[in-house]
Amino acid sequence: MPGITREEVAHLAKLARLELSDGELDHFAGQLDAIIGAVAAVSDVSDADVPPTSHPLPLTNVMRPDEVRPSLTPEQALSGAPAQEQQRFKVPQILGEE
Amino acid sequence: MTVTYEDALASYEPVMGLEVHVELGTKTKMFCGCSTELKQDPNSQTCPTCLGLPGALPVVNAIGVESAIKIGLALNCDIAEWCRFARKNYFYPDMPKNFQTSQYDEPIAFNGYLDVQLEDGEVFRVEIERAHMEEDTGKSLHVGGATGRIHGASHSLLDYNRAGIPLIEIVTKPITGAGERAPEVAKAYVAELRELIKALDVSEARMEQGQMRCDVNLSLMKPGAEKFGTRSETKNVNSLRSVERAVRSEISRHAEVLNGGGTIIQETRHFHEDTGSTTSGRVKEEAEDYRYFPEPDLVPVAPSREWVEQLRAGLPELPRLRRNRLREEWGITQHDMQSVLNAGAIGPIVATIDAGADAAAARKWWMGELARHANETGVELGELPVTPEQVARVAALVQEGSLNDKLARQVLEGVLKGEGTPDEVVEARGLKIVKDEGALGAAVEEAIAGNPDIAKKVRDGKIQAAGALVGAVMKATRGQADAGRAREMILEKLGVEG
Repeated sequence: MPGITREEVAHLAKLARLELSDGELDHFAGQLDAIIGAVAAVSDVSDADVPPTSHPLPLTNVMRPDEVRPSLTPEQALSGAPAQEQQRFKVPQILGEE
Repeated sequence: MTVTYEDALASYEPVMGLEVHVELGTKTKMFCGCSTELKQDPNSQTCPTCLGLPGALPVVNAIGVESAIKIGLALNCDIAEWCRFARKNYFYPDMPKNFQTSQYDEPIAFNGYLDVQLEDGEVFRVEIERAHMEEDTGKSLHVGGATGRIHGASHSLLDYNRAGIPLIEIVTKPITGAGERAPEVAKAYVAELRELIKALDVSEARMEQGQMRCDVNLSLMKPGAEKFGTRSETKNVNSLRSVERAVRSEISRHAEVLNGGGTIIQETRHFHEDTGSTTSGRVKEEAEDYRYFPEPDLVPVAPSREWVEQLRAGLPELPRLRRNRLREEWGITQHDMQSVLNAGAIGPIVATIDAGADAAAARKWWMGELARHANETGVELGELPVTPEQVARVAALVQEGSLNDKLARQVLEGVLKGEGTPDEVVEARGLKIVKDEGALGAAVEEAIAGNPDIAKKVRDGKIQAAGALVGAVMKATRGQADAGRAREMILEKLGVEG
């Protein structure tokens, strides 16, 4: 397995909106490398007769009928919101000064 | 230097890719039982699942899947025997989950085509890459900046009523070979797709209400080139006319940049209705990285072949074929049929014919008086407060001679104003052709006496001048006279042969 590079960690950090220092980039590159390496051990045992799976349950087509169920009230929906205004979720500025 | 559209086409071949999002007309959201009937009350149609609260589990809407398969089949696609949902991760608060549940490498439908008919009757085949299931986002309100724009806003407010409403995204393969007709092909494709969606009864596909939205990808390449040029992606082009204009304006803009020795940047652009042009939006510095991965909370969808075949057997007649059939039955030109289609009048006209009217009369009223009224009031033809049966009744009254066209228009106006059925309006407003020969005779005498100069001209042989006298009779009878009979009587009185 190729190691996780600093550049890859920097890219992931950017996607996750995390600001990492140079020291942290090196630090996490090593840690992520170890984690991915551990998970990659799975590929040693997988074989052509073991299909890849994304789900532990052998189920397909779990569907529900198109029937309306009660929703939360706006008060309930907003009860966990850190801030609200005009019965809406209030979020900080989306675009910074760019 | 400005490059004209014609110059651009002389040097380049346009390549288009169209992405259309269709909001399904299901009663509930894609992954939860919240109603999709959009109410004004913000955040009144949410639940732990569509709010992305911890521990909530999504379950797929069966009608959502069925609708996706129907759309795929009508677009001549293969239907996946097995497919999964995927998480599309991104940071934007319009989805409370921080991801949109979509499909990535395993769309439910793929490899299809849609034949679209251009105004002159030529059929152009648009290849379909895929159609996949996903969910709509919430609505944002940007506060503190100018005119609700995100730029300069101090904060934003989110209403998640729309978050989770089923969407089908339909993506074309690159459309090449349309040349100068690229804008027309793009418009015809979206129009045909809209007709198809409506015929399948999976959505009302009203573009003005955002139930159908289009993104236009466009690039130019030199004729014979092997590689496509860099594309721009114009977002949310939400009317048929705008689709056509956006393609046209992007072709000219690309050509201008390329001719000036510049390069096209891969970016999203915004279309402006007022100017018919686009402006730069977000620059894509790198390919978008949404870190797609299979949705662990949903099990795969594996539509049985029996189900697929059953849905295939239930597909309606395709709109293009139906239009061609009706065009022949009605005996009208391709161009006239196009106008009927553009006005959204096919359904109402068919229903009016079914209610007993002849095709010409049904088309005349829906495309004339009623289309005008719909335009003025800004509603769809099918939503006017008049039924096809009522229009058929008006047509019947004209046919039997009880009404002339002018009176019929007044009857329709009364019906639209909520004054009742056509017969009730005729009764209440006293709208009947005056057939009483005595009353008509008196009006004729009066018209002749009041216009001696004209009467003389007619006597001297200028028969066409009699029209003015007929006009006077019609005016005196408030339009209720039988104009043909009035003319006969005038000519008779003046002693000339008609």
